[in-house]
Amino acid sequence: MQNERKKTAFKAAFIAAFPHTIPVLTGFLFLGMAYGVLMQTKGYGVLWSVLMSAAAFCGSMQFAAITLLTAAFNPLQAFLMSLMVNARHLFYGISMLEKYKGLGKIRGFLIFVLCDETFSISYNIEPPEDINRKYYYFIISFLDYLYWVSGTFLGGILGNFITVNTKGLDFVLTALFVVLFIEQWKKKENRWPGIIGIISSVTSLLIFGQGNLVIPSMIIILITLTAGRKKLCI
Amino acid sequence: MYLTPVQTIIMILAIAAGTMITRILPFVLFPENKEIPVFITYLGKTLPAAMMGLLVVYCLKGISVLNAPFGIPELLSIIVIILLHKWKSNVLLSIGSGTIVYMILVQKIFV
Repeated sequence: MQNERKKTAFKAAFIAAFPHTIPVLTGFLFLGMAYGVLMQTKGYGVLWSVLMSAAAFCGSMQFAAITLLTAAFNPLQAFLMSLMVNARHLFYGISMLEKYKGLGKIRGFLIFVLCDETFSISYNIEPPEDINRKYYYFIISFLDYLYWVSGTFLGGILGNFITVNTKGLDFVLTALFVVLFIEQWKKKENRWPGIIGIISSVTSLLIFGQGNLVIPSMIIILITLTAGRKKLCI
Repeated sequence: MYLTPVQTIIMILAIAAGTMITRILPFVLFPENKEIPVFITYLGKTLPAAMMGLLVVYCLKGISVLNAPFGIPELLSIIVIILLHKWKSNVLLSIGSGTIVYMILVQKIFV
């Protein structure tokens, strides 16, 4: 009886959560495949690319790591670079502290797979009131993870067989972030933080170039938000 | 393959470890059963919008405004997304249409 109820609740949560992950499905399958193909061309077969995607699950860092896998063996450098490239997760974690409260065992998994896209969706799109929050967050997180690993797998086995012109398809993730930025913008109290985010990162981009934009942006954002706390206090 | 299998596994573990630290740290520093400092709660409320801005800029970082196509495909697609989202407020519709417009622009018009 209780099992039955759990199943129904899970199903309802799936129906509520799945549509929000469709852009990620598109983007991750595409980029995951690109990653699998790229690894293949460097001599790392499907086993390696899938292992990397499943264990590290960090899109942009995985692409950056290809250069590390094709140079002299230096795991310390890889570790430090991974810390730096992924430092933005610290801010996602801080933002999700409240939402991921009291979710029990599932919480560990949610933290393990918290990426840009999962954070953006889970933070921005509240589950409907009659939906079990735990299941809702789990489904979004699990699906996004699954899309990435499956994409990598497909890329690794299909290689360059794909001939459809997919140029520009990766814009789907840009579009996702743009839309979720607009969603944030709808709330007046989010406008200044949003503007601060844009100005900080454009400034970092102009000063430090596209290769080193994330960490300086995060520092500027942190300083500005700290300095403006009295004005922005919400 | 440039590295040996054992070296590759060590590399994967090193990268995974770096990533995991960044994901786990906030939750270890501010555990569930303890009150979260007010300043951290404040950051938790203001960081998301700022990070969304950062992610948008990050995605667009490769654009060159000095060389063709000057970021025009991105600009047009984003304008379409903004207008459509203002009008219909449907997340999937805005993302889907924006992406299709972008693909048409880079494949057919700004080749």
